Amino acid sequence: MLLRHTKKASEAVDRKALTINPAKTCQPVGAMYAALGVHGCLPHSHGSQGCCSYHRTALTRHYKEPVMASTSSFTEGSSVFGGQANLLQSISNIFAIYEPEIIAVHSTCLSETIGDDLKQITEKAIADGKVPEGKHLVQASTPSYIGSHVTGYSNMVKGFIDKFAFNTGEKKRQVNLISGWVEPSDMREIKRIMKIMKVPYVMLPDTSDVLDAPMTGKFQMYPNGGTTISEMASMGDSMATVATGHFCSRDSAIHLENKCKVPFKLTDVPIGVKATDRFIQAVSSAAKVSIPEEVNVERGRLVDALADMQQYFYNKKVAVYGDPDTLIPLCEFLVDLGMKPMAVVSGTPGKEFAKRMEAILAEKVPGAKFANGSIADMYKLHSWIKEEPVDLIIGNTYGKYIARDENIPFLRYGFPILDRIGHSYFPTVGYMGTLSLAKDILNLLMDYQDANCIEEKFELVM
Amino acid sequence: MSINNSKSKMPDPSVLKEEILKKYPGKIAKKRSKGFLVNDPTTVPEIQANVRTIPGIITQRGCTYAGCKGVVLGPTRDVVNIVHGPIGCSFYAWLTRRNQTSPPTENDPNFIPYALSTDMQDENIVFGGEAKLKTAIQEAFDEFNPRSIAIFSTCPVGLIGDDVHAVAREMKEKLGINIFGFSCEGYRGVSQSAGHHIANNKIFSNVIGIDDVTEPKGKFKMNMLGEYNIGGDAFVLENYFEEMGIDLVASFSGNSTIESYEYSHKVDLNIVMCHRSINYIAEMMEKKYGIPWFKVNFIGAKATAKSLLKMAEYYEDAAMIKATKALIDREMAKVQAVIDEVRPKLEGKTAMMFVGGSRAHHYQELFTELGMETIAAGYEFAHRDDYEGRKVIPSIKIDADTRNIEDLKVEKEEASFRSELQDKKAKLEGAKFDFEDYEGMMPEMKKGALVIDDISHWESEKLIEKYRPDIFCAGIKEKYVVQKHGIPLKQLHSYDYGGPYAGFEGAINFYREMERMLTTDIWKMIDAPWKNEPEMVGSMVME
Repeated sequence: MLLRHTKKASEAVDRKALTINPAKTCQPVGAMYAALGVHGCLPHSHGSQGCCSYHRTALTRHYKEPVMASTSSFTEGSSVFGGQANLLQSISNIFAIYEPEIIAVHSTCLSETIGDDLKQITEKAIADGKVPEGKHLVQASTPSYIGSHVTGYSNMVKGFIDKFAFNTGEKKRQVNLISGWVEPSDMREIKRIMKIMKVPYVMLPDTSDVLDAPMTGKFQMYPNGGTTISEMASMGDSMATVATGHFCSRDSAIHLENKCKVPFKLTDVPIGVKATDRFIQAVSSAAKVSIPEEVNVERGRLVDALADMQQYFYNKKVAVYGDPDTLIPLCEFLVDLGMKPMAVVSGTPGKEFAKRMEAILAEKVPGAKFANGSIADMYKLHSWIKEEPVDLIIGNTYGKYIARDENIPFLRYGFPILDRIGHSYFPTVGYMGTLSLAKDILNLLMDYQDANCIEEKFELVM
Repeated sequence: MSINNSKSKMPDPSVLKEEILKKYPGKIAKKRSKGFLVNDPTTVPEIQANVRTIPGIITQRGCTYAGCKGVVLGPTRDVVNIVHGPIGCSFYAWLTRRNQTSPPTENDPNFIPYALSTDMQDENIVFGGEAKLKTAIQEAFDEFNPRSIAIFSTCPVGLIGDDVHAVAREMKEKLGINIFGFSCEGYRGVSQSAGHHIANNKIFSNVIGIDDVTEPKGKFKMNMLGEYNIGGDAFVLENYFEEMGIDLVASFSGNSTIESYEYSHKVDLNIVMCHRSINYIAEMMEKKYGIPWFKVNFIGAKATAKSLLKMAEYYEDAAMIKATKALIDREMAKVQAVIDEVRPKLEGKTAMMFVGGSRAHHYQELFTELGMETIAAGYEFAHRDDYEGRKVIPSIKIDADTRNIEDLKVEKEEASFRSELQDKKAKLEGAKFDFEDYEGMMPEMKKGALVIDDISHWESEKLIEKYRPDIFCAGIKEKYVVQKHGIPLKQLHSYDYGGPYAGFEGAINFYREMERMLTTDIWKMIDAPWKNEPEMVGSMVME
């Protein structure tokens, strides 16, 4: 057994201080991912070299693409005397050597603990003439000891809106999409849906064509994708904002409304039938367009396929872990398929999670356990699984250890996926993405049956 | 021999250096210039190494914590490691370094798949995290019942003044197991290297030698230092040692137990594989216990043969020497067969490698065996001695960053000092048998090759553009950057999830891997067949 020391929930210590096998990581990696979704932007980590190195490594392993970012390279001296000198020097060097349009600075637990004020330092950099004409600095405070990677993503996106979105007083016929933490493929798919709906839009951030850039024989430090400065500026003039995901996008939508008087609709990341329905409706009402037939056809295709698949899903128990914005619509979808999410954890804190899970699970999945925030970790999830076995595990790569030990089919989903390739290319949002997700789940269950059933139960037609 | 610059793709290295550094603001160009050299193996110029990375320069380097927890302590399976800090540091060092381990039975402890953290929150930063750390240690003890618990400090810990060492002492007293802490905050040094040193110090002072009762079995006892079992390298070597009749007592730290460290002072020899990360323990063990050490290299078939034979000669045992020679002959025959097949396809191709504190040197052996040329190399976190050889150690300037890391005062322990081993060393040394030896990378590289310390993104991009090497070796952060250029990158930290590459078996794996990487047709598909065809004129309009 790989996780040979994990105990059943009933035998495990009731932990108050010790997290084991976390279902979250820290803010800065989310800030880095969000900043990569802005065109011509170099994320900058204001802290020790290790932060930047670890975040780049995690993102690179997940996307199998270049992830460029720089660091303030703190030493003992900067930790004692403050990191202002390091950041100012970084800004000069980066503009001179790497020539980005924007440097997106995020803090770390180190720079936050010593009290570096990014706003003050970046203002000083501008005052000192360290920012060339037409170039920009954006900053976000992302202390690792508050929230999670999801919080960092949200804070960075909010930083871009704060810096660039501007209300000129002239309304623009377009809708803002604050995309939430999804794959580049998902962002691409949402853009396809917008095209079908004939809705002009600005999406922030947009990592498609950045973290799934084509092979051309040339390295482009700033790939073609990403939201541009003029697009971000125009967000202040848009008719409305559709923000997907309470945890990743709500703060930015509120900030944009406060700053530029652009009203917003907050909805879920469109995973599953109902969440996609709500997303389509939100876009339709925000843009004041009717829903085209092509959307109905895609939806019909999905429902038709789900009707064919449903018999295999019914009453299957599932353990799920990951980020709240994806877990909420995902669990709703699993329940719609007749599955039972029996164990759900997210390390990201926030009351909204429990409220939504309660609404999704209380009636239809009695006995389901869910937790988020402190000590809501994968050790807890595993100890619940040991108490009540499940038929499927869904979550990031780390679940493979539980899946192997307990012999449970395992769907890699979420961040990070370190041992497979493809997740960044095939969407799981929208009706077509949902169909692909349902197919992946079904294949896992059926492959398991084929591999494990006794010979006389092995059948050609299933 | 010198690099063959006559080939059109080989620019003049001195001119290239100037061109690359020109991009930097004045002071920075001057500083980078000292770590960016054109090699001369006979004179071996002085290189600047182990100095701060300039803020804003995109570096390969990580932090002190990564060197301590990730590299040195990560591979040991029977110690529970608690990371004291916000969640990220524990998360990123969780199973990400491919340290394979093999507990003898299902009942033996293995905590490697577990990431433990105090997950510090803002109130812990404001009011201190010691109470939470104590509770976390208690909970880890109650849940796992380990023989040892180690605590790793992350950046905020040192800044808010949490005393992890006091907490460790208190909980050690309370729980009756060995508990020790590392002050390995990320900012402590200029790179991972500081973390190696901190890890070495603590293991030496709090673990090695605490068990004076257990007598490790075997006639020829040895520790292997600086082999981390990436991709199963240590497993290959363990088999050789067994065949030779050597008893491996402890490995620092691939496939290892903390239990074995406790009595690891009872060996006759320490061999050192990765000089940078672990030479401190080798030196301290010699000072305190009189155990001689020498450098070995198991990357490359010839280097492996040489190292194994030296080990056997050290023990001065005829049977062992005979067995070792037989092993080498047998394995070299297999190696030669593959070289004969692969070398014609790869001969004359060029490689660059920028990695680690040892590998950028060691892996040149494998390329040489394939007839390939290393035209540029450098380390991520090495010191001058890793480049120029240990002879320069007395002349290395100790700067403020180095002084930051404690240099343990080690004294001879009379009761357990092995003066007979020191006598043996003196005798062998007279016979041109080197101890405490490491010649470094530069004397073994060709004249005209570039040697670059802590290479930056800008520098590596220009090198690729100007030289177009056939293969580039570095880490995951560089991999896809280089490959976008249409040039394959071999990861030498994680081996691209392949390996093992140590020993004879590993050499064969590496030759085959180079054959795959350098002959694949994938890179030839980058351009579509119509790329250079004229565009179609006229149109077919769809109604």
